[in-house]
Amino acid sequence: MKGFTLGKAFVPVVGAIALIYLLLPIAHVILFSFNDAGRNNIIWRGFTLDNWQNPCGAPQVCTAFGNSILVGVVATVIATVLGTMIAIALVRYKFRGSSTVSLLLFTPMATPEVVLGAGLAAQFLLAGVEKGIGTIILAHTMFCISYVVVAVKARVASLNPAIEEAGRDLYASPGQVFWRITLPMLAPGIIGAALLSFALSFDDFIITNFNSGTATTFPKFIYVSALKGVPAQANVLASIVFVGALLLVIIVQMVNINKQKRLARA
Amino acid sequence: MAFTAFSGGTRAVEQAPKRKGWVALLLLLPGIAYMLLFFVAPFVQLILTSLQAPADSGGIGQYVAAAQFSNYWAALSEYWPQLLRSFGYALIATIVGLVISYPLAYLIGVKVRSKPMLQGVLLILVVAPFFISFLLRTLAWKSILPNEWIGTHFSVIFGLVYNFIPFMVLPMFSSLQALDLRLLEAGSDLYASPVTTFRRVTLPLSMPGIVSGTLLSFIPMSGDYVNASREFLGGTGTTMVGNVIESNFLQTQNYPMAATLSIILMVIILVIVATYVRKSGAEDLL
Repeated sequence: MKGFTLGKAFVPVVGAIALIYLLLPIAHVILFSFNDAGRNNIIWRGFTLDNWQNPCGAPQVCTAFGNSILVGVVATVIATVLGTMIAIALVRYKFRGSSTVSLLLFTPMATPEVVLGAGLAAQFLLAGVEKGIGTIILAHTMFCISYVVVAVKARVASLNPAIEEAGRDLYASPGQVFWRITLPMLAPGIIGAALLSFALSFDDFIITNFNSGTATTFPKFIYVSALKGVPAQANVLASIVFVGALLLVIIVQMVNINKQKRLARA
Repeated sequence: MAFTAFSGGTRAVEQAPKRKGWVALLLLLPGIAYMLLFFVAPFVQLILTSLQAPADSGGIGQYVAAAQFSNYWAALSEYWPQLLRSFGYALIATIVGLVISYPLAYLIGVKVRSKPMLQGVLLILVVAPFFISFLLRTLAWKSILPNEWIGTHFSVIFGLVYNFIPFMVLPMFSSLQALDLRLLEAGSDLYASPVTTFRRVTLPLSMPGIVSGTLLSFIPMSGDYVNASREFLGGTGTTMVGNVIESNFLQTQNYPMAATLSIILMVIILVIVATYVRKSGAEDLL
């Protein structure tokens, strides 16, 4: 390893600084969930467990949180189904205009959110659709489909077609091949795509802000209350999500590492 | 991680020959219809809105269909400082982000590759910010940074760099993870200095990750309006084009102005991205 490292200390030192930079605000958010400051959670006023005992104590915060979960779940389910279908079609089938389809799905990811948000809002305005939870779901599903397609496409492309062939050789019907072989093998990719989609929807603010009308999601609640000071209960809810997601990812990583070890031994 | 997909880091298995047939159409139809309805149509609507003229009644938010191309000139002459600032901030933040992210990606993808446990932990730390609301994290900086720094160019760029580091690190990581270490060994066997090996081997091979990482952050940065807004890290002199689009659309209901600025933003981004991709020789990435 000697001789071709990037300057011995440079990489670890800059890496450590970057990690501290990334993690410091997270520590701050969690710490301030224990702050003894009701509404005006900006300066440290002492330790308390009150906010954790009553996370819905601040007005609107749990409604907003619930809305975000509702939007995230519905948008993720629709986007995952539609996106998976497109991904399979793109990898497995030959058809005219496939590059146009790819471009159509790639472009939303390369468009700033403010443009996507304003475009949809202009469309809803023209159509006379009243903005609310429904329009937020429609908007989130749109950008989630792109990410699902990208994530699932990679998984479809890495499938070994010989296994499906074996299924067909053993007289499985096309439906059986799909439900018993293809779908289970795609499952890790689809689950990953769904989690990514939920995370993107849950944390989206810009597109939501343009298409929410009077409805509130968790990020919108934070934005609106930022001026007066976000209540500490918002920190509690965010911390719960953080710890839950972190545990989930750690479990997935452990399973992966174990799988690799088993494969290496075999 | 889904982000691997952005750098094209997946190794393709031998594929079954692509089939033809009506099944493809059935699979595509619902999703494509959705995208036409909620992505393409809004884009067209945005262009039409950008050409609208005020209605004769003169009421707030009242506009009629027109071909008023002068809207573009009006938008550019009124808001060129905000446009310039958006791309200036995004450019500086992308460069600073690259300088910070590359060593971190190198650390995770190359230096600790032989220790999967540590590599896993470091990767989780990089994606950890995704699990906590970015608005709360950005607000946290407002309270961590000294008061007199808030509302300056510095604090906004600081926030932009912070928000988008994971988007840079992940694609660079997956490029560096795929780097064959024997190539580096060969470099040193052939008496190349570490710097030369880095410049001639590592850097070119990680280029796809650099290109997608910088694009994944530059594009959203230039349209961001959270960091630059007064409630967060910005001040009166830091307004970006995103802030202007937001206030025109949602507050003053000047829809044509908001739409015109959106289209201008999009066109400038397309020109920058196309030039950048061609210059960096990464056309096949798109």
